[in-house]
Amino acid sequence: MFTSPRRFTSVVAMVGLVSLGLAACGGTTKESTSSQAPAAPAQTSATADPNAPIKEGLKVAFLPKQINNPYLTILDKAGIDAAAEYKGTAKEVGPSDASASSQVSYINTLIQQQQDAILISANDANAVCGPLNQARAKGIKVVSYDSDASKDCRDLFINQASSEDVGRSEVKMLADMIDHKGEIAVLSATANATNQNTWIEFMKDELTKPEYKDMKLVKVAYGDDDDQKSFQETQGLLQAYPNLKGIIAPTTVGIAAAARYVSGSKYKGKIVVTGLGTPNQMREFVKNGTVEKFALWNPKDLGYLASYAAASLVSGRITGAEGEKFTAGKLGEFTIGKDAEVILGPPFTFDANNIDDFDF
Amino acid sequence: MTAVTAGRSTRGIVDLVFRARELSIVLALAVLVAVTAAANGNFLSAQGLKDIFLNAAILALLAVGQSFVVITRNIDLSVGSVVGLVAFTVGDVLAANQGLGVGVAIVLGIVIGCVCGLVNGLLVSFGKVPALVVTLGTLYVIQGLDHAIAHGRQINAVDLPRSVLSLGNGSVLGIPYLPLITVVVMLAVGYYLRSYASGRDFYAIGSSPEAAGLAGVPVRRRVMAAYLLSGALAGLGGVLWLARFGTVVADDAHGWELQVVSAVVVGGVAITGGVGTVYGAALGALLLTTITSALVVLKVNPFWQQAITGALLLLAISVDRVLALRVARILRRRNARHGS
Repeated sequence: MFTSPRRFTSVVAMVGLVSLGLAACGGTTKESTSSQAPAAPAQTSATADPNAPIKEGLKVAFLPKQINNPYLTILDKAGIDAAAEYKGTAKEVGPSDASASSQVSYINTLIQQQQDAILISANDANAVCGPLNQARAKGIKVVSYDSDASKDCRDLFINQASSEDVGRSEVKMLADMIDHKGEIAVLSATANATNQNTWIEFMKDELTKPEYKDMKLVKVAYGDDDDQKSFQETQGLLQAYPNLKGIIAPTTVGIAAAARYVSGSKYKGKIVVTGLGTPNQMREFVKNGTVEKFALWNPKDLGYLASYAAASLVSGRITGAEGEKFTAGKLGEFTIGKDAEVILGPPFTFDANNIDDFDF
Repeated sequence: MTAVTAGRSTRGIVDLVFRARELSIVLALAVLVAVTAAANGNFLSAQGLKDIFLNAAILALLAVGQSFVVITRNIDLSVGSVVGLVAFTVGDVLAANQGLGVGVAIVLGIVIGCVCGLVNGLLVSFGKVPALVVTLGTLYVIQGLDHAIAHGRQINAVDLPRSVLSLGNGSVLGIPYLPLITVVVMLAVGYYLRSYASGRDFYAIGSSPEAAGLAGVPVRRRVMAAYLLSGALAGLGGVLWLARFGTVVADDAHGWELQVVSAVVVGGVAITGGVGTVYGAALGALLLTTITSALVVLKVNPFWQQAITGALLLLAISVDRVLALRVARILRRRNARHGS
């Protein structure tokens, strides 16, 4: 009846482990890290000429974490459109999985193709460092966007928003909606997602201010950026904390799942859901009154800015030194901050009045 | 297939042992729910019950299809990818044609699922390639296809017809549609497997493919049918996934194949084939999802959730092994006494 169950089950278990590992590689949407450590200014020997024109015919390549991530697709498209504005050619290449090492071979190929600039959303800050520095040694400018590479191996980082702004503004937004009173919870991505954890730290810090004395953060739950898990975590939160007034979900998967659950349950209208989401994803819930407002930066602007920053670097308008200024087409002027970081701006708030102006 | 060919009284004993297996899951479920409800009354409120059944519906549906395959001593690791592919492609079609209703969505989903099942079935039954390898291969092929079609896009709830979304959230007489569909499918498949001669063939194949073939069971056709059903149910599951979540991207349901296999094994379907029922598999799915929900309500550290699922899996496999040995011993003793 049972010929060799032990061998068979061990094979199943092994295959299970392998695919589990693969599944774990599916990345979250974004992972920006705010770099706090003091940095050695990288390659700032050249002098900048702010009036130099952007060279025509620049070859620029976007290397996202993985090519199937809807959010990064928006970014890269906007960046490629921007390249058309400054008469360069841009393309997007990248791996189909967001594992640490998968971008390395793409960087090597881009070096051989003699691109003028590589824009990268790094899967792993350090794994891409060697190849990126090889690229820089060959005169290719490296700009990281969305998710930073280690700061010793890129010329510039385009940050979507400062982590501090994101964290504090989420708390302020929720506090406005619940009159600064009641229990609140956070529904995050994975327990070790760098950017979410940084934001949550700033949220906690913001909550220590006196105007939030009647608000209490009762739980940080983790939905692992998985729909079903985020759903269940939301259900659990509402059951475990009957007095809960609001949920902040600083991840696009989490906020959609939380909103979807609340909109189909008896909690609709009683629980405030807010956080970071995309307008297309949240339109349904803003229209049906489940969600009043939520925030995000404009990903198109981020891609556009990154593209212009790369072109400005190659053209010698900037070198990456702190304090240098450059104009990024229709977005206007930006200043390079500490650690060669450029910040897009404060998070943008979407609500019923403006959500239809956006399509991403 | 000792359980079928042996005498009537023996069959009674074997049945009892394995029904006890399902009862033990029900018992575990009852204890879990009781403890959680004692800690937090909301867990058993109308909303709480609705949530539990909604959560388990899709996993249980996939577990029903999977148990069919596992009973024939095969495995279908591609179900997660099929769910993802169907959810995206059907969502894509619906978003472009708002006039299409739930019926078309379900038919389309099942057709896509059947095609995937057909490929698996052909390779396993006619190509004689081990199921583990075949379905691991199709897992990646289907996933790649999904990525190619999606190409980084996302389907949003607002793009979908109302009727489809209400399938995921609506209910009839207070019972949500999703679990209702799962229960109907489970009862139908369960009845077929138990009461039809061709249904018993699947157990015969799982117990000993060679013996089943010699006894005149059309092994290839049955294995093919098992994969078709698993594919079809995965397709249906994909449509339900779309209806429930509204927002879908290319890598939805990645890794679900492992949860499905876990549910099936916990539910008492022996991974070595020939033993188990779809009711057990569905109960296994219910138990696994309820554990996740209960741990949240009980405020247990999320890091423990996977460990507990894993421990349960090991426990289930050990229980299976012990039961199998015991049944084999009983049968041997009986057969000796009856001189057969």
